[in-house]
Amino acid sequence: MRALAWHGRHDVRVDTVDDPEILNPRDAIIKVTSTAICGSDLHLYDGYIPTMQAGDILGHEFMGEVVEVGAKSTLKKGQRVVVPFTISCGSCYHCGKHQYSACDNGLPADNQDIAQELYGQPMSGLFGYSHMTGGYAGGQAEYVRVPFSDVGPIVIPDGVSDEKVLFLSDILPTGWMAAENAEIEPGDTVAVWGCGPVGLFAVQSAFLMGAERVIAIDHFPHRLELAKRFGAETINFEETATYEALMQMTGGIGPDAVIDSVGLEAHGFFADNVIDQIKASLMLGTDRPHAIRQAILACRKGGRVSMPGVYGGFVDKFPLGAFMEKGLTLKTGQTHVQHYMPALLNAIMEGKIDTEFLISHRMALEDAPKGYKMFHDDQNVVTKVVLKPDFAAA
Amino acid sequence: MADTDFQTDDAPLATSKRSGAVDEATGALLEPKGDSLVARAVTINRPAAELYAYWRDFRNLASFMDNVVSVSPIDDRRSHWTVKAPGGRTVEWTAVITEERENELIAWASEDGADVPNSGRIDFRDAGARGTVVTATVLYDPPGGAIGKVIAKMFQREPAIQARRDLRRFKQLMETGEIATSSRTREQFEEEKA
Repeated sequence: MRALAWHGRHDVRVDTVDDPEILNPRDAIIKVTSTAICGSDLHLYDGYIPTMQAGDILGHEFMGEVVEVGAKSTLKKGQRVVVPFTISCGSCYHCGKHQYSACDNGLPADNQDIAQELYGQPMSGLFGYSHMTGGYAGGQAEYVRVPFSDVGPIVIPDGVSDEKVLFLSDILPTGWMAAENAEIEPGDTVAVWGCGPVGLFAVQSAFLMGAERVIAIDHFPHRLELAKRFGAETINFEETATYEALMQMTGGIGPDAVIDSVGLEAHGFFADNVIDQIKASLMLGTDRPHAIRQAILACRKGGRVSMPGVYGGFVDKFPLGAFMEKGLTLKTGQTHVQHYMPALLNAIMEGKIDTEFLISHRMALEDAPKGYKMFHDDQNVVTKVVLKPDFAAA
Repeated sequence: MADTDFQTDDAPLATSKRSGAVDEATGALLEPKGDSLVARAVTINRPAAELYAYWRDFRNLASFMDNVVSVSPIDDRRSHWTVKAPGGRTVEWTAVITEERENELIAWASEDGADVPNSGRIDFRDAGARGTVVTATVLYDPPGGAIGKVIAKMFQREPAIQARRDLRRFKQLMETGEIATSSRTREQFEEEKA
């Protein structure tokens, strides 16, 4: 099959590799019909994520048709499914509590060592995202082996287009969980840092959960325009002093809840030695505060902080004093995708959530390296690249 | 740090920093063999009886213990073990059950002439709604002493690493019915198992 493989910094190629096979009873093989490049894929592209190996197949936002099933899969050949980016067993204690991203069994036993050292306990597996998240081949390929196919993939009814439902795999549930973690009460003002896909879905979700006002913060004019389309007020942090603006816009109170959908400036899963390297090469030259620092300072007393943005290692200058003195609550975590999929599929079908607005580019899987470069070079215009294995190369 | 000669807390002995702890843990074992101590606990979301039954059929152990080539029962209490060692070698011994309590405990010790003298116990403790806590406590004499231990670690065959991974695989098998793999093809899968 053809698959997008990582070969090094800014070097991804479409290679011919062996097709995946059923290896465990609960596996299924999916023939990919649509797959997207995620903002977090750019961190792999930029070479920031350790434990990558040349030839690793990328991609964790994908959907397709079931073409083969293991003896214990509940899927049927021919079904269309969206696959969650988290690989979770459905039978451990955490899955039982719907904390799917904290699954005990998603990672192969040997791959659990790194996360255990770094975080204290291993997390769920992820598709196409380095060996510390399992080393699973990703979905930017013609075919994917999907473990635990009886609990992960959600079946899509006929007549609903790929583009409407593809983002159930990651960014829509992530934006939704971000808003849920902000514990929004009717009448609240919610501030969202970062108008990438997750931030934009958090804006929509916050309104659906009863927020009266949402203030969206970014520096890409086009992305701020998209946030405005859903009713958000906007702050361009390159033109405006964000903290001062937020305080004035909220009558000196500060937002009731804040959502950091930016993450670490150069984010990902960093061991501290890698962080030191990055710091030396990148961060000393910049003085841009992390979104989370600004969000904590702006948040009203007793307010809620939601952090969907990805952090991997250690962060300097975390305002622990402001956090404690103001009595804030912080909720965060990788998304429990499987928990949110059914309700969000309904919300899409009922027209409550718009997903297609996000797609700026559609191209053949064969052109994926070009897609990565475009996304990397122009995040103002390129909001989402969807790759189609059955498109002819441009 | 003060090296007290008695324990002042409730922590498991194998996690102690005190020099006398290995001897004390050894005392808790019925028939100590060796001086390197490994202890790991894992909570498995299944009833103790089910976990005990699977473990007590020693032929099953090779399904989740990656280093174990085979365990063959000789009689009701004795079994013959063949285990991978660094450098493509194997080591062998005969283990005898020194104590067992159904659904609670299996303790063993190697017989004289073992390539790697070892003894240990597997405890199954009911953990209510969370299932069962399985604790493995293993005492062994690493081949080649301390140097052998370092070499084994380099080849990822160090018992402490193995015990941790084996218990994870046991948990996966019992909870999900399979052992997680990120291999894409059967060929990769076989290579990784080798």
